Amino acid sequence: MTDRLIDREPQRKVMDVRGLRRQFGPGCPSCKTKLIKNYCPDCGTVHALRDISFDVYESEILGIVGESGSGKSTLMQCLYFDQETSSGEVYLDAFEGGKVNILSCSGQTKRYIRNHLFGMVYQNPLQGLKMDFSSISNIAEKLIAAGKRNAQAMEKRATELLDHVNIPEYRMKDAPKNFSGGMQQRVQIARALSNNPPVLLLDEVTTGLDLSVQAKVLDLIKQIQRELKVTVILVSHDLGVIRMLADRTIVMLNGEIVESGLTDQILEDPQHEYTQELVHSLL
Amino acid sequence: MNRRTHFAFFDEGSKREIRRSILKAICVPGYQVPFASREMPIARGWGTGGLQLTLSLVGKTDVLKVIDQGCDESVNAVNIKKLVVATTGIPITDKAEEATLIQSRHRIPEKPLANDQILVLQVPMPEPLRMVEPSERVTKRLHAEKEYSGAYLVLFEDIVRYGHMATGADHPVMVNDRYVMAPSPIPKFDNPKMNMSPALILLGAGREKKIYAVPPYTKVVSLDFEDFPFERESFAGKKCRLCGAGDTYLDELENPVTGVAEYQCNDSDRCLTALKANAGEKK
Repeated sequence: MTDRLIDREPQRKVMDVRGLRRQFGPGCPSCKTKLIKNYCPDCGTVHALRDISFDVYESEILGIVGESGSGKSTLMQCLYFDQETSSGEVYLDAFEGGKVNILSCSGQTKRYIRNHLFGMVYQNPLQGLKMDFSSISNIAEKLIAAGKRNAQAMEKRATELLDHVNIPEYRMKDAPKNFSGGMQQRVQIARALSNNPPVLLLDEVTTGLDLSVQAKVLDLIKQIQRELKVTVILVSHDLGVIRMLADRTIVMLNGEIVESGLTDQILEDPQHEYTQELVHSLL
Repeated sequence: MNRRTHFAFFDEGSKREIRRSILKAICVPGYQVPFASREMPIARGWGTGGLQLTLSLVGKTDVLKVIDQGCDESVNAVNIKKLVVATTGIPITDKAEEATLIQSRHRIPEKPLANDQILVLQVPMPEPLRMVEPSERVTKRLHAEKEYSGAYLVLFEDIVRYGHMATGADHPVMVNDRYVMAPSPIPKFDNPKMNMSPALILLGAGREKKIYAVPPYTKVVSLDFEDFPFERESFAGKKCRLCGAGDTYLDELENPVTGVAEYQCNDSDRCLTALKANAGEKK
């Protein structure tokens, strides 16, 4: 019985986030003591992220929960370089063996990391897709950005991926603007997976979808994660989603991590006041 | 004639500012240099960018040729010539080989240009990435980071939809292995003429307030894919109905009497020269 536990190899660290900060405003001495949630009444600075540190291990799903405005999406956008960070360090095992802080890289290198090592699915498909271009082109864009120049090979890969996320073949050449929300989300997932990134960032992927579609998208994520062994960071305010998918979970409040641990642990035995409230309000 | 205007219409300060932008454009091949585009006596969209380049460059010893879609006698070309002659008194010509300065709309002359000539092209849309990215701020950054997947994406979308790259004119080019550039709406037929051109090519966009350049003997490569190589328009088996040329860019005309399609040289200078040569042979 104990064999399985012993045989497991120690998991490799894929990503290492250290002391990430994101503030909007100049900051002042009283920011440290007088904050109302994440807002400083003296200088008007908003501290969207305050000293966020966590590790991500190979092929795990890390869930991030928190109420709206707690900094979940800001965190994702900072990791994907959509937003500047105020300070902090991020190390990525797949880039220079995890020895270089990717936040300090040049714009060109950041773009390389975005295109080769990350896949991102936004809450709002408008941000992640070119709505007027065909779905195939939307996936090919990521491949083109990664340096591919063979049109037929790219079209084939895009068709495979769209098939994988259950977009019917006769709709593959349609533009995502003519798709339902769930389909758009699935195109985004296919696009994010197109060049086998080691890390997939999912930002509220099921929010706003109806329950049956939600279940389909969640199934898909689970399936992809099992098949492709991709590491996933999953943001959601829905504890049901977190419970179903995440191995480990981080709870955020007002730009800070208030609790972290195994998902089961957090849901069964929440320690922080806010987490308790969150778990108890779960329907 | 009102001779109280400045030589070549502009005051010296204006000419100097435009020439400085031209110098910068030549130094960074393919890079769009912003300049203070002036109000001109012709409307924006009628070649004000090209006209400003011409007026800032023209000297008393210059000979000017102005072409509009291959024709020396269209309204646009004639009016520009009239303005330059009225303000400078320099001679004009229809013959490409006689001109020192050639302003052109949508064509590069068929006759090969020499290294003591300057070709000025009028540009409506200088930004090759505008189709995929509406924000100037973002496209500037994309150029800085050499991120050109958007330009390829437009071509890829054509392949998905139509099975080939369907650009009729303004097929984007890579200049000096660095900047992707809109070659102005010249037909694909003319794109290869830019590569290693002995003549300096200047491009001016009056409404968009941009000047850019292809210096003499610079590498210019049309964007394409490995399995869909760049191809010029093919006029295989067709000949000019007037001069019999089979190696020029041909316009398709419908014979109003018979309803049959006929072909004719688009470049009137080249066609007239060939006609004269043909007449000489007959004698």
